[in-house]
Amino acid sequence: MIRRIVVTVLISVFWCGQLFAEDETAAGIQEYRDLLSDGNPAELWVLSGEELWFTSVGPKGTSLETCDLGKGPGVVRGAYVELPRYFPDVKKVMDLEQRLIHCRMAIQGLSYSDVTSYPFTKTGQETSEIEMLVAFIASESRGMHMNIPLEHAEEQKMFDLGEQIFYFRAGSHDFGCITCHSGDNRRIRLQELPNFRNQDQARKTYGSWPAYRVSAGEVRTMQHRLYDCFRQQRFPEAIYGHDMITALIMFLAKSADGGVYNAPAMKR
Amino acid sequence: MKISRLSMVFIAITLIFGLTGPSASEDINPEFKDLLREGLRTKGSVQLERFLSLDATQKFCSDSNVNINSDEAGQLMSKALQQIQYPADGSYLGDWTEGEKIAQSGKGLRFNDTNDTENGGNCYACHQIRKDELAYGTLGPSLYQYGKLRGYSDEVLRYTWAKIFNPQAFLMCSNMPRYGHNGILTVKQMRNILALLLDPQSPVNE
Ligand code: HEC
Ligand code: HEC
Repeated sequence: MIRRIVVTVLISVFWCGQLFAEDETAAGIQEYRDLLSDGNPAELWVLSGEELWFTSVGPKGTSLETCDLGKGPGVVRGAYVELPRYFPDVKKVMDLEQRLIHCRMAIQGLSYSDVTSYPFTKTGQETSEIEMLVAFIASESRGMHMNIPLEHAEEQKMFDLGEQIFYFRAGSHDFGCITCHSGDNRRIRLQELPNFRNQDQARKTYGSWPAYRVSAGEVRTMQHRLYDCFRQQRFPEAIYGHDMITALIMFLAKSADGGVYNAPAMKR
Repeated sequence: MKISRLSMVFIAITLIFGLTGPSASEDINPEFKDLLREGLRTKGSVQLERFLSLDATQKFCSDSNVNINSDEAGQLMSKALQQIQYPADGSYLGDWTEGEKIAQSGKGLRFNDTNDTENGGNCYACHQIRKDELAYGTLGPSLYQYGKLRGYSDEVLRYTWAKIFNPQAFLMCSNMPRYGHNGILTVKQMRNILALLLDPQSPVNE
């Protein structure tokens, strides 16, 4: 998968050279070199995601450049650290992935199944566009502080629901997020468990997602992280992009408020 | 002044609870339940509706401000203790080598498992058990030398069986699954697990 991405990136850098001014190409190549020396393969997803953001696709043949991630149409910088948030145009709270679903349907004219049927890359198969877009958008908030004001009543409502999910213990094993993520210095087997009731740990953890997973060889989004924790806690399968997950993400994001955002990170 | 206002609030709270019953008998808030019903779906061996019908213990322990020393907790614990089923023939110990396999396995009851997957106990996820297994978690206490330290009396056998059958009979809202009560492990598997902890020949008790 990585090799394919490297190739895509090289081709796109090359291709950009044909279209844009000379200095931009040089900047692109320099950026690419920097990332490789940086050593986090997530940067390849970031570059592909950026390319995808500006590419015209779908029945409407448009790019995502007019997509409003909360800071005005086309503004990507600083968007991630303020998500999830309330969007007046759809009158609901959305996390990044939900908002992308919305933009790709509304702006590019893609269908719901087009944009939700392949959220997480499967081993040996093509890289999910969502993972690339999310990596790009997240990277544009690097170094900024998490800022989730919860000013709108709907935002507060989602936070409250998310908190309830966090404490909700059910299923064959009576597990809830609380079971594994409420104490300090705990492990499952050898995997360390962040304590989300500790603000420092919540900030550090939330601020590192999405992340390049060495074990998977892929960039994974927050939705994927939670999907897999639901599986581990013996819950039914979580539906991609559902409000239930947005609520939980709202709770986690708010727990990390004020922390410095530093993703996509690299993880086990 | 302050005290009398406080006591009025207290009386009011007592009254409200007296009329509506303890929180455990209330159902999950409907808005929240709908959110879960729509956001989750049945897959593999995990049934959505079955999942959404919480028992009294789960309802009680899902409260973010749960008080595990309350009267209600006490009632739930004594009920849990009464419901423990001990092995009918009084034989507690099976084969520790099989018990080790069960302690290692995290399979079963996840949405990616099928109904014919044999459930594991996944004890190593949370406990140190054998000394030579280094990949153990620390959510629960070490069980290394479990029998050697506590002895092999009938009392210890009975307690350990009961604890694994339903940990919440001893500690309300314990993080440990109710292996017997919730039907995760069979009686035969429970015996094998007990042997891992309490057979003097088990490497746990070296
Ligand atoms: C049965 C145990 C268990 C439960 C229950 C559980 N998790 Fe996790 N969680 C883990 C483990 C183990 C990891 C580390 C996984 C890894 O490193 O691959 C983890 C990792 C995470 C991470 C990323 C941590 C990091 O350091 O980057 C987040 C975020 C998270 N969990 C959130 C949740 C939420 C929210 C819930 C409830 C919906 C939940 N978890 C329920 C076991 C659990
Ligand atoms: C998700 C975590 C988790 C899993 C899985 C788990 N336990 Fe535990 N266990 C705990 C915790 C936490 C405690 C301590 C709190 C308590 O007593 O309930 C505990 C306590 C115990 C005790 C009581 C120890 C004592 O000194 O009295 C025994 C015995 C035990 N576990 C056995 C097992 C066995 C056997 C398995 C697997 C079949 C298992 N546990 C699986 C979390 C777990």
